[in-house]
Amino acid sequence: MLSLFRYPQLVAVISAIIALLLFVHFILLPVLERLGPDLELDKLESKIRFWWVIVFGFLAGVVIGDKFLLILIAFICFLALKEFLSITPSRRADRRVLFFAYLTIPLQFYWIWVGWYGMFVVFIPVYVFLFLPLPMTLISQPTGFLRALSLLIWIIMTAVFSLSHLAFLLVLPNSLNPAAGGIGLAFFLVVLVQVNDAAQFIFGGITRHRKVIPKLSASRTWSGLIGGIGLTVLTAWLLAPWLTPFSSIEAIGLGGLVAITGLIGYIVFTAIKRDLEFEDRGTMTPGHGGMLNRIDSLVYTAPLFYHMITYLYP
Amino acid sequence: MATLLRIFFFVCIVRPLIMIIIGLNVFDKRRLPLTGPAIIAPNHNSHLDTLTLLSLWPISKINRVHPVAAADYFLSNPVMAWFSLNVIGIIPIERQKKDPSDDPLATSSEALERGDILIIFPEGSRGLPEIMNSFKSGISRLAERHPAVPIVPVFMHGLGKSLPKGDFVLVPFFCDVFIGEPIYWQGSVEATMAAYKNSMESLAIKCDAPVWE
Repeated sequence: MLSLFRYPQLVAVISAIIALLLFVHFILLPVLERLGPDLELDKLESKIRFWWVIVFGFLAGVVIGDKFLLILIAFICFLALKEFLSITPSRRADRRVLFFAYLTIPLQFYWIWVGWYGMFVVFIPVYVFLFLPLPMTLISQPTGFLRALSLLIWIIMTAVFSLSHLAFLLVLPNSLNPAAGGIGLAFFLVVLVQVNDAAQFIFGGITRHRKVIPKLSASRTWSGLIGGIGLTVLTAWLLAPWLTPFSSIEAIGLGGLVAITGLIGYIVFTAIKRDLEFEDRGTMTPGHGGMLNRIDSLVYTAPLFYHMITYLYP
Repeated sequence: MATLLRIFFFVCIVRPLIMIIIGLNVFDKRRLPLTGPAIIAPNHNSHLDTLTLLSLWPISKINRVHPVAAADYFLSNPVMAWFSLNVIGIIPIERQKKDPSDDPLATSSEALERGDILIIFPEGSRGLPEIMNSFKSGISRLAERHPAVPIVPVFMHGLGKSLPKGDFVLVPFFCDVFIGEPIYWQGSVEATMAAYKNSMESLAIKCDAPVWE
């Protein structure tokens, strides 16, 4: 329990969010259900569930230690990779190569565990990129080789490499962020991403017909985009003194960065799902699946946020 | 002892493996009969099929669910035989009749009379992964003897990719499980098998799996 006082400001923010979630979950949601039975509340409910997972994940990270959170993020990478490999076409002969793709997760998170930045940042873009084709040429046939290889590299880059930047925030030196440590920065990022997502949902309905990308997505509208940027920037500005070393200007800039690049991530993953003629399998069924819908913005925001921090605080 | 071992095996090994490493998407789970007698008739792609199916039932029901499995394969050595019979709870079936008067379905029939749930793979063996073989008519012959017992078609996709026949490296893929409407005895073996085949084909279309070749 002593470790709860390691970062009192982080615990205070988490407690405030728990209070807010309790209100939304047990008061607002039942009221909305009473008001309009035809409102699409399933999506809202699944978003609230994910908020609970985040809040308790980070609370456990504070109590048990950052390494617990690191393992949790590795597991999320595993689920995302599995989902991605399950919904894309692959060649029968490449089955064993996909096994190597899974092996990149323990390796990548080992570099993070020991804080080896040099290896963390080149392992997948250089070593995996250059050498994964080798077993593929040895095991399988040349037909469809380039297509299978490109697809696999894209999947590993997004589901493992990009996402793992969230975990590398955890092992940043404490001197960088005395207020709440690396875990505070990771929490800051995840909260901003989720706030942006929630804001798109809340403000998106105001101008339903003005769509940002009419060809791809019916749910992302200009009002959602503007509301998303506004609320994310506001949240960043409010939380920055509690969780981060950022000045107000930096916080506002990072909030904008998260809101805009998060939307790009959403758009790119929507395009992928459209290409696979695959609408949101995760919501068709309870339980597993749907991880890609959760991490689409993080794939973009995690590495960009990470590099912006190391640029601002070298 | 064997029951304890069985519960331990399913709670501590099978369920974590299936739920976390593989991951299940079960469609129309309410169609899964929780009490027997019933015949569950899935397609067969992998050794994981049986374990996955067994993990669909609550742990309290698992003693009443029995996979019907080839005696020549699973009883071939004493260790595997003990494990198959006591921990997995298989009902062995002779694939080749030694004597024309033998009734290979007798033990399965008795189990249905006791009110148990049987898992029978009409394809007979795993075959090529993710490709459906022709169906053997054993389920219909059982339905003929027990016309009130439902045959529940189950289409599974993914386990043949995770662990196909003849391979020992497990590569995780999500597994989709589609449970169909129950089928009853249709008056003839041919008609019953046709109804089953029909149902399996429509479940396969519903699955709409990504290309894998």
